[in-house]
Parts: sequence; C-alpha cells; structure tokens
Amino acid sequence: MKFTLMWESLPTLLSGAVLTVQLVALALVIGFGLAVVIALARLGSNPLISGAARFYIFVFRGTPLLLQIFLIYYGLAQFEWVRESIFWLVLKEAYWAAIIALALNTAAYTAELMRGGISGVPKGQVEAALACGMGRITRYRRIILPTAFRQILPAYGNEIILMVKASSLASTITLMEITGIAERIIARTFSPLEVFAVAGAIYLAINFAVTLGVEGLERRYNKGLRLASAAR
Amino acid sequence: MDLLAFGDTGWGDELGRAMLMTLAVALTAMALGLVIGALGATAKLAGAWPVRLAARLYTTIFRGIPELLIIYLFFFGSSGGAKWVLELFFDSVGYVEVDAFIIGALAVGLISGSYSTEIFRGAAIAVPRGQVEAGMAAGMSRGLILRRILAPQALRFALPGLGNVWQLTLKDTSLIMVTGLVELMRQSYVAAGSSREPFLFYIAAAAIYLGLTSVSGAGFRRAERWAGRGTQQGAGQ
Repeated sequence: MKFTLMWESLPTLLSGAVLTVQLVALALVIGFGLAVVIALARLGSNPLISGAARFYIFVFRGTPLLLQIFLIYYGLAQFEWVRESIFWLVLKEAYWAAIIALALNTAAYTAELMRGGISGVPKGQVEAALACGMGRITRYRRIILPTAFRQILPAYGNEIILMVKASSLASTITLMEITGIAERIIARTFSPLEVFAVAGAIYLAINFAVTLGVEGLERRYNKGLRLASAAR
Repeated sequence: MDLLAFGDTGWGDELGRAMLMTLAVALTAMALGLVIGALGATAKLAGAWPVRLAARLYTTIFRGIPELLIIYLFFFGSSGGAKWVLELFFDSVGYVEVDAFIIGALAVGLISGSYSTEIFRGAAIAVPRGQVEAGMAAGMSRGLILRRILAPQALRFALPGLGNVWQLTLKDTSLIMVTGLVELMRQSYVAAGSSREPFLFYIAAAAIYLGLTSVSGAGFRRAERWAGRGTQQGAGQ
C-alpha cells in the first residue's frame, strides 16, 4: 500500500464529493416531487392516466440507469428540434442531463414506495379529515401525504443510498465527481487498490451520514406515535 | 429502420449477439453471487466472530460503494492481482491480461453476492426455530436438517428477494461496458457512434433490456407460485 498516494489523493477526491452531494440532492428534490405526482396518477381512477404512470415506472425500473443517462445526454441531442428548443439550454449541460436522468430514475422507484405509503394510510384518518370538512388538497397536504411519507421513510433512506451510488454514473458523461476523479487518478498512477480504498471510504462515510440523518428523521416523525402509545 | 436490420447492412445481428453476451455475463454473475450468498449467509449466521466480521465487512463494502467504482477496481487491478496470485505458485510471471468477461462476471458477481447474502440470511431466520428443534428431536443430523428442513423453506422465502437481485444484476452488467466487453450497452454505444443515430440505438437497447427484465420477472413470479404451492399464500393466488 502506498500511503503517501492515499493521503495525497484524499483532498482531490473530497473535492469531488461536493459534486456528488449536489447531484444527489438536486435529483432527490426534483425526483420526489415527480414521484408524488406519479404515485397519485397511478392511484387515480382515470385508466389512461394510471396506465401512463404504470408504463413510466415499468420503463424506468426495467432499464439500466446508464442507458437512461446516455439516452438523455447523447440520444436527445440528435434531434434538431431539441437543439433549437428552450430545453437545449439545460440538456446540453452534462451536469443537468445527469440530474434529470437521476431524478427521472429515482422518481419511478419512489413513486412505487409512495403508492404503497398512500394506500397504507388508515381509512379512519381520511374519514376524520372529511368529517372535519377538509377539501381534497388540504386532506392530501395535511393528512395523507405526511402519514404516507412517515411510513415510507425507512425504505426511502435506502433509495437515498442507492442514489448516492448511482450518481457515480455521471462520470461516464464527463462529470468529475468522486468516481470520475478516482478513475483519472487510477489511470495515471496505476494504484487501483489505494485510490479505491480512499474513494470507497468517502462513499461509505456519505452513506453512513445518510443513515444517521434518516434515523433522526424517523425518531422525530414517530414522536407523536410514541407519545400516543405511552398514554394508552 | 434499415439500421436495425440483420446482416451486413444493419446492426440487428450485432445487437442480438450483444444481448446474448449480456445474458451470459448476468447468468454467470448471478450464479457466482448465489454461491457467495449461501456461503456469506452461513458465515453470518453460524461463523466464529472473525468470519462473521469478514462477512459483514464484505456486505457493507459491496453494498455501500458504487458498482462502477468496484468495476474500475477490478478492471485496473485485475492484471496486478492475477500476477500476484500466479507468482505465489510460479517464479516470475510477465504481464498478465485477464479476459474482460472474467473481470465483468467477477465484479458483478461479487456485488450480486453481497445482496444475495442478506436475502439468504433473512430467509434462513424466517424458518421457524421450532421446526429445526423438531428435526433435532427426531434425531436428524445437522446436514439432514439443513437439506430437508432449512434449505427448502429458506429457498421459498428467498425467492422474491432473489428476483430483485437478478434484476439488479442484469442491469449492473451494463456498467461493464467501461471494460470494453461488447455486451448490449457497449454495442449500442458503438452503433450509436458510428451511425450517428444514438436515439434509435439507445431506444432499441432499452426495448431489449425491458424484454429481458419483464420475461425474467414473469419467470420469477411463476417460480414463486410453484414454490408456494401447498401453502396458504400459494392457495390464495
């Protein structure tokens, strides 16, 4: 083991972690919003809309993410009307192409989680909301979505970790996040094990932080539940 | 559409061969993963503490670090690693080159195995303890209990999870395009580049991947029904 090389590559790899976290955070925010819409569409009564949502989930879960990234970054650029449209401002940037691909991908997985969460909201709670005279939007905003999110939180934590790992694919379209930098250092120094150890440790640290964060959130959201069962 | 034709004019036969390569890598990796998974689960459940620790380290690393980074480790490290192993047996070995198929199957297999380990472990725990005790009371040996009681039931519990691992493994094989192995992803990348029709070829590849994932998904659902026959879940369906 060349420890000096490991020590020297640490700051460079850490600087890539900034990009990794950015990609993941933006993709998660966009993807979660999309997931709620898709989950509601999937549960809705209109067969056309729920069929479209089902197809979306089927396609994005059934194909490799790398293919989705290439399709968005290289595939769409083929069309003149895409290059002339306003979307081109965003799609021509590898940064945004990667975020869009990651967001569309996580939306499909999260929509399935959300669907389970929404169907798992106790019927009595929805009826109570109706009895209070809440409108549809208030019902979703105050009762259904928060309860559903609390239920899917542990599974969503896994999805966040999968996204941290998935962001490494952004290196295939020239983005220099942790994996991209690691590959460059390995190709230059021919020390795969050393660089892998440092880059891998950074990923494990990020994922550990995610795990702790999600556990904290779970504790906070389940506080009411604990108090309720203690009072009983 | 001519571009997708079979024969010299189109990429149809190349894509077909690439699909077979994808399947070959995925099946090899899955098989390797199942062996590792069975060993890993045994290590976690019944091993001495250093073995348990090693198994835990393995699953933490291979499930927590990006697949692509692991593939880079094997891709760049395979030559040096193979040389090191060979020099344990022979005096001095020159430059060693490891076949891209082996690198890919090994890397994806180890990733697949880390997930299978957890699936098998969970499945073994799900077998009611009383049944194992009943086997002991009936005078069965450890091997017989494993073969007649533990393994058949654990396999049934493991099946849905293994179906997910298979889907992950199949999709992970796309990442070994970086090693130069001509599987489906690499072939469509090459075709996209030389024909300047990336959209067409990536959509074609997506359709092939969807075909593979949905056909094998249906196969796993059938297998689950078959394995669940005679149980309440099986009867309910």
